Amino acid sequence: MTPASYLIRSASLLGGATADVLVRDGAIAAIGDGLDHDGTTVIDAASLVALPGLVDLHTHLREPGREDAETVETGTRAAALGGFTAVHAMANSSPVADTAGVVEQVWQLGRESGWVDVRPVGAVTVGLAGDQLAELGAMADSRARVRVFSDDGICVSDPVMMRRALEYVKAFDGVIAQHAQEPRLTAGAQMNEGKVSAVLGLAGWPAVAEESIIARDVLLAQHVGSRLHVCHVSTAGSVEIIRWAKERGINVTAEVTPHHLLLTEELVRSWNPVYKVNPPLRADEDVHALRAALADGTIDIVGTDHAPHPSEAKDCEWASAAMGMTGLETALSVVQETMIETGLMTWADFARVTSTTPARIGRLTDQGRPLEVGEPANLVLVDPAARWTVDPQAMATKGRNSPFAGLELPGRVVATFFRGHPTVLDGALNTPCLHGAN
Amino acid sequence: MRHLLDTESLSRDHAIAILDTAQEMSAVGEREVKKLPALRGRTVVNLFFEDSTRTRISFEAAAKRLSADVINFSAKGSSVSKGESLKDTAQTLEAMSADAVVIRHWASGAPARLANSGWIDAAVINAGDGTHAHPTQALLDAFTMRAHWAGLAGTPSVGGDLAGMRVIIAGDVLHSRVARSNVWLLRTLGARVTLVAPPTLLPVGVEHWPCEVSYDLDAALEKGVDAVMMLRVQAERMNASFFPSTREYARRWGFDDARLARLDALALKDTIVMHPGPMNRGLEISSAAADSPRSTVLDQVRNGVSVRMAALYLLLSGDLKSTPAPAPSAALPLVKDLP
Repeated sequence: MTPASYLIRSASLLGGATADVLVRDGAIAAIGDGLDHDGTTVIDAASLVALPGLVDLHTHLREPGREDAETVETGTRAAALGGFTAVHAMANSSPVADTAGVVEQVWQLGRESGWVDVRPVGAVTVGLAGDQLAELGAMADSRARVRVFSDDGICVSDPVMMRRALEYVKAFDGVIAQHAQEPRLTAGAQMNEGKVSAVLGLAGWPAVAEESIIARDVLLAQHVGSRLHVCHVSTAGSVEIIRWAKERGINVTAEVTPHHLLLTEELVRSWNPVYKVNPPLRADEDVHALRAALADGTIDIVGTDHAPHPSEAKDCEWASAAMGMTGLETALSVVQETMIETGLMTWADFARVTSTTPARIGRLTDQGRPLEVGEPANLVLVDPAARWTVDPQAMATKGRNSPFAGLELPGRVVATFFRGHPTVLDGALNTPCLHGAN
Repeated sequence: MRHLLDTESLSRDHAIAILDTAQEMSAVGEREVKKLPALRGRTVVNLFFEDSTRTRISFEAAAKRLSADVINFSAKGSSVSKGESLKDTAQTLEAMSADAVVIRHWASGAPARLANSGWIDAAVINAGDGTHAHPTQALLDAFTMRAHWAGLAGTPSVGGDLAGMRVIIAGDVLHSRVARSNVWLLRTLGARVTLVAPPTLLPVGVEHWPCEVSYDLDAALEKGVDAVMMLRVQAERMNASFFPSTREYARRWGFDDARLARLDALALKDTIVMHPGPMNRGLEISSAAADSPRSTVLDQVRNGVSVRMAALYLLLSGDLKSTPAPAPSAALPLVKDLP
């Protein structure tokens, strides 16, 4: 069977000039006006924006171990619908992804699903316990070629362990993605510590618990000359510390989630645990600092922290509920709403923070590439004028815990091309790409 | 108003309607036959996820004096996950046609979750949730203060508020649902509240509350005060370094014999001393203070039953609609029907 070819007619490339894009044999074969459509499937992309496929550095796919919450299959379907062509699967599965065997299993499940590239994240410490380095080198050398290591969900709080991890991953150009949360300052924490927690009588998660770890880690990264990535930055103070570190030339990158760009702690007053997340929703001034930081490059990328949970984990009182929100199928719209509709960013900036830079941090060579002839055809077509109302029941993820439920948002993913194959067409799942996976 | 969940959202009219109704209910407690037929045939469930003998028996007495059927449900120590048991228990009660659920829960917000989740149709009364709220405690405190304040002014309690009253609430504010309910209710009723606590036992964000804050109990007393409410302090807080020792706590923030005498020296002869109980005698309050004529501790317990009768009655009779409740005599027709 000859792989199909597609002519994307009149798309606005990165929101700029309009051109036709010919996709053939998994790559961009031609870009120009009035390209010959003979033998191709034509996709009318007039009024659509063409972007490089989104790359998520922070996804919880839950498999192995919590297949009731999500599987690689359901999570990557959600990713494709959200415009992603690659996701990094966080290590807090069961068993923990702390050996070559587990990361290869996740990587293999991703290949078999064929909706996106699944890049496993390796645990920093055995069992996420913080006591002993996991076999980072074995995971790096495995078929999964792990480059991002994280105990996400738990902070590598021991400064010596963090130092060793930062040093060790230099051997294979890895990066430590830190979940910055001082554990002693956040024992039993339920929400942001401040005006609202004082009234609600919920144990506070103070900003300083995040900021103190980031301050320590950027200094450690500088001291040992390694690469640090800060997961889900959530406070204005963290932004200031990262800005300071970058001015000093420290090799640090930072991430913000869509929900921290849009939602605030005021929602906790509803007592609805769908708003319970770690790090917690913060104050209005934090949201605005995060947006400004993403726009000016202090924060490098958007990571979804997609965290599906079964309904019983949220259908309870606040303190008993699990932390986390789904995000893969809403990320594009929320970032459009908060960054593009506000005039803070262009679609070219959007491509940088959702695709190019996350791919670079994860050392993915065939993702986040420019829209140029010869590049891998990992693309997404977006209708920026569309508006839709978020309905968690209609999502591909197993998780129904979307904090955006009922919200009307801009932007719709019309098509996603993964290695030249449309995984999504007309806004609906098409077929997976089961050929040519590397 | 279908539920009583906190005092932050309780309007002045509703608060006064509850206090005025409680005033009528208190008369019932003085009778030989302490019972009204008001809630005959209605079912009130006391759903307690946390130990509390005092609050539970107060609600039980209140419901029984209104002739309701009372079911006591202690859900503590369930082996299923804590979250599951709240939903499952609620649905069980719904299946048994509970008209009101009085809930005490270790988790802040659990009563609001129960009221708003769609799991249950009954009226929900918060009998204390985590470190969030304890509205009937605040109402009984306000009832006690109002009786005292009206007595000093020589005016009737009914219809009155706490305008101009100076109140100190001292102790572990951080972990106190009693403080979180009193601050808002007392403010709504016109009192001026000062919180006094060690800085470690005040929540970050307290500066946004409608009250004054002080670290110095003596200085707060010097400014003049009409009611001093001491909050229970758990001695175990010492182990988490909220304060160095129980002795240091008692010296700086306890209402001890010297501070009791200080009220006399300051010519504050009408100032009352309150405590929600149970008391740690010798820690936050001395025995002499707890047992002095200024102490209203037992009045508070007695008033608790009246206030809870009023809350149950008004919620179940539907008389706390969005409009202010009518005058108490009209609000309680069944009281007049009594033999």
